[in-house]
Amino acid sequence: MSYNWNWGIFGNPVPTGDTTYLGWMLSGLQTTVLLSLSAWVIALALGSLMGVLRTVPHKGLSGIAAAYVEVFRNIPLLVQLFIWYFVLPEVLPFGLGERFKQDLDPVTQQFVSAMVCLGFFTSARVCEQVRSGINALPRGQKNAGLALGFTLPQTYRYVLLPMAFRLVVPPLTSEFLNIFKNSAVCSTIGLLELAAQGRQLVDYTAQPYESFIAVTVLYLIINIVVMLLMRVIETRSRVPGYIGGK
Amino acid sequence: MNYEFDWSSIPGALPFLWEGMKVSLEITVIAVIFGIVWGTLLAMMRLSPVKPLAMFAAGYVNLFRAIPLVMVLLWFFLIVPQVLRGAFNLDPNTDVRLTSAMIGFALFESAYYSEIIRAGIQSVPKGQVSAASALGMSYAQAMRLVVLPQAFRNMVPLLLTQAIVLFQDTSLVYVSALADFFGAAYKVGDRDGRLVELLLFAGAVYFVLCFSLSQVVRRLQKRMAMV
Repeated sequence: MSYNWNWGIFGNPVPTGDTTYLGWMLSGLQTTVLLSLSAWVIALALGSLMGVLRTVPHKGLSGIAAAYVEVFRNIPLLVQLFIWYFVLPEVLPFGLGERFKQDLDPVTQQFVSAMVCLGFFTSARVCEQVRSGINALPRGQKNAGLALGFTLPQTYRYVLLPMAFRLVVPPLTSEFLNIFKNSAVCSTIGLLELAAQGRQLVDYTAQPYESFIAVTVLYLIINIVVMLLMRVIETRSRVPGYIGGK
Repeated sequence: MNYEFDWSSIPGALPFLWEGMKVSLEITVIAVIFGIVWGTLLAMMRLSPVKPLAMFAAGYVNLFRAIPLVMVLLWFFLIVPQVLRGAFNLDPNTDVRLTSAMIGFALFESAYYSEIIRAGIQSVPKGQVSAASALGMSYAQAMRLVVLPQAFRNMVPLLLTQAIVLFQDTSLVYVSALADFFGAAYKVGDRDGRLVELLLFAGAVYFVLCFSLSQVVRRLQKRMAMV
């Protein structure tokens, strides 16, 4: 088995001539990072809201949040993505689906679907972490807040959540890493993120090993950067008095 | 809502979908069995006092956990066919995608299983190992007769949960156009112009299967909780 290694391909211009193959790789990397970060914003916002709802003393609300988590956890990410991208624009009422298909260019459609899908998918996981963070607090904290005359929303806002969020930073780190890895699934709807650019490079250059190695190394770099970043945040958010605290 | 649903293409396609489901289940079962065996070995290597073994296991686990599954699968669909053909002199037209998928999933999942098993082994109190060696057992005997049985008892719910995740992940063999359950559903929907219905159907099937299994796991967890 002989394979002709040629790392020079990355400097070659692409068929359209406006950039090099390296340029394709970097634009894929950019899409992956943008997609993951914007999906993370959705995941964190929705996940926190749902996590709070899961712990409130109201059967209906906590039931809704529990059902939400089960739905997003028990359907494969790929299926969810296809439903967001292929099914939802067809069945959305009030012509919203039509407008999505007509007013947005295909790349934006793919990006929006992928972002919303990853955001909702991850929010169910974030919800569970936030819930366990809130439940890990001593029960007295909530009662103390209420006894001081805070309303329930105030107790959450000033007493429970500030502590709970500091407790769940380490598990949220791994969810944050996962969102970058899961973003690779979005190559299946044609979104040209990192993994898709890697496959495209194979088709154009017939140099699979170079291209896959480059993509894999870029994912490893993303991983390392995120871990270092989160380590800083983890150190700063540690709670004194807890294991691993200051 | 102006979309007209038409579910009529599903009943006729059920046998084809079942063929796909069998592929999904086959990959899951092979990957779970192999993942637990190789994952246990990796966990024991990682906890062993032999430095090179521990480093190899740590490197293996961290590498696989840092790369997206899609990328791992693409690698395996690239490499495995070449290796297999080279090793067994296979006809270049033999379809080895299923084998590639199984090998890819097994090696990938064993990294995740090894982390679960490592945590399980570490959850056994140290005194148990000391007691075993006080009774004259060797390290291997202590592992096999004392530590692992207790560790696995603690781990069963987590191992099953990981199996559910794995079953969901098998849908990603879509990148190789292998017809697993999801691939089959997509093909039928694409052929009949009924993608909406088939995708919703596939989602519902996955949901029912995974949700009921996770309820079983939850019940098991309560029953097996050690006092």
